[in-house]
Amino acid sequence: MLGGLTRPCSYGLRPDLEIIAWEVKSNSRVLDVGCGDGALMQVLKEDRSCDARGLELDPHNVALCVGKGLSVMQGDADADLADYPDASFDYAILSQTLQTTKRPDQVLDELLRVGRKAFVSFPNFAHWKVRASLLWNGRMPVTRLLPIAWYETPNIHHVTVRDFRALVAEKNLRVEGEWFLSGDKHIGPAAAAWRAEHAVFLLSR
Amino acid sequence: MAKPAILTASHVLDLSQPLALDGGQSLPRVRIAYETYGTLNADKSNAIIIFHALTGDQCVASPHPITGKPGWWIRMVGPGLPIDTGRYFVICANVLGGCYGSTGPASLADDRQPYAMRFPVITIRDMVRAQVAVLDALGIEQLHAVVGGSMGGMQALSFAANWPSRARAVLVIASTARHSAQNIAFHEVGRQAIMADPKWKGGDYYGGKGPDNGLAVARMAAHITYLSEEGMHEKFGRKLQDRTEKTFGFDADFQVESYLRHQGLSFTDRFDANSYLYITRAMDYFDLAEEHGGRLAEAFKGVTAKFCLVSFDTDWLYPTTESRTIAHALNAAGAPVSFVELSAPFGHDSFLLDVPALDRVIAGFLGC
Repeated sequence: MLGGLTRPCSYGLRPDLEIIAWEVKSNSRVLDVGCGDGALMQVLKEDRSCDARGLELDPHNVALCVGKGLSVMQGDADADLADYPDASFDYAILSQTLQTTKRPDQVLDELLRVGRKAFVSFPNFAHWKVRASLLWNGRMPVTRLLPIAWYETPNIHHVTVRDFRALVAEKNLRVEGEWFLSGDKHIGPAAAAWRAEHAVFLLSR
Repeated sequence: MAKPAILTASHVLDLSQPLALDGGQSLPRVRIAYETYGTLNADKSNAIIIFHALTGDQCVASPHPITGKPGWWIRMVGPGLPIDTGRYFVICANVLGGCYGSTGPASLADDRQPYAMRFPVITIRDMVRAQVAVLDALGIEQLHAVVGGSMGGMQALSFAANWPSRARAVLVIASTARHSAQNIAFHEVGRQAIMADPKWKGGDYYGGKGPDNGLAVARMAAHITYLSEEGMHEKFGRKLQDRTEKTFGFDADFQVESYLRHQGLSFTDRFDANSYLYITRAMDYFDLAEEHGGRLAEAFKGVTAKFCLVSFDTDWLYPTTESRTIAHALNAAGAPVSFVELSAPFGHDSFLLDVPALDRVIAGFLGC
């Protein structure tokens, strides 16, 4: 699905966002939940002619987005998705935010209520380095992707690729696409459970 | 280093037609006083109108006509500032009902006597209608942006809802789409203080001493709502004013009392009590949803402008929930909207004070 050869250039985004940027269809209506400084939204708006809206918790980031001409609401995924009407977007995007929400399962429901499809990306807690750290040291891992100690990390719901697949199955959601990353390298689904640092899923009902 | 000079000019516009009011009356010989800053470009596309707040005036970035103090938003409006007068042509008009040159209760009626309480009750939309007439006179079909804080924000919302094609961007700061019971209650305290002053004389005080005591009390009550509890505590605490002990009397023992008395008294030098009655009434009557069948989203149907709403975490007069409600209605109407709650210690007045994050939001929103 992701043939690097067909791509003339990169958008210079974080690897998971790069995938999403390429996969979103042009001229779509997109809600980026946890949009950060708006880097993905900007690409979607300017290069893909999307109507991109954002939701972001940090007021400093919202100000940055406003300064780029983006439309961003301050709010959080747990509480404020409820304010959006059903199916008001073609895509709802939640990148590296699922594991920070209070109720990831409910947030997933909300994403697929406001969006016809949802991109969800998250760090895989079952990556072999994490497994090794737990196995050998008996300590919660502090890695490149999970750089913060357990007591102050915003990642309150660690999730693995297999956990996520189980939740998706339980909710009877359709997986329309899946991508796995180690650094910025793509890896196949066979070894993803332990080799993927990052997973990106495209879901629909 | 000398700051670049701001190009400013004072104008009056006498409307050629009577102004039709929401109350059903029509007001003849309406005059609107306004200031401009910067230069209107050839295709008249760089104009921004700033709507002022309840006790504001058109001198947004030039000295106050009575007090001589610097303009009320010089930190925001000027060359190189977030509302850059080197780039934009900035217009600010005194509202209808005001007392800085625009027609209001102190203006003369047909019988050459001041209107006083014969002045018709006006609405926020009436104020905006009068300012749209200024745009018409200047030949400005579409503004780069409308900007307003507090009551100015109400005017910006009313402008966007009623003249949707005439602004490309709408910036609403510390404002609301309708006055709450609490908002109305505070205003009623102020109005009753004015009307209870024997010098008010049913509004016919022009030519003599006005209801300064009543107006001062109105201002004191209102001023409390502009500050945060935290800000007041930090500024005054329980500190005493020029004394070391309580006097066991009713002088202004506490600094906060002295401050409020000063605020009240100095306000009477620069504001007309009847204007205060009429403008607060207009604010109380404001309910943008009500004007549009009870649904706020309806008010913004078909609006193409982009919106930015800003609230402050310590503002309890028009709290964040009010801005959120507006943002949700705009979202439901499909309008491009941004909303941000900024952290600032100054309560409602934060929009006028040193909040660098606000500067960034305004510069960013207007600049792109």
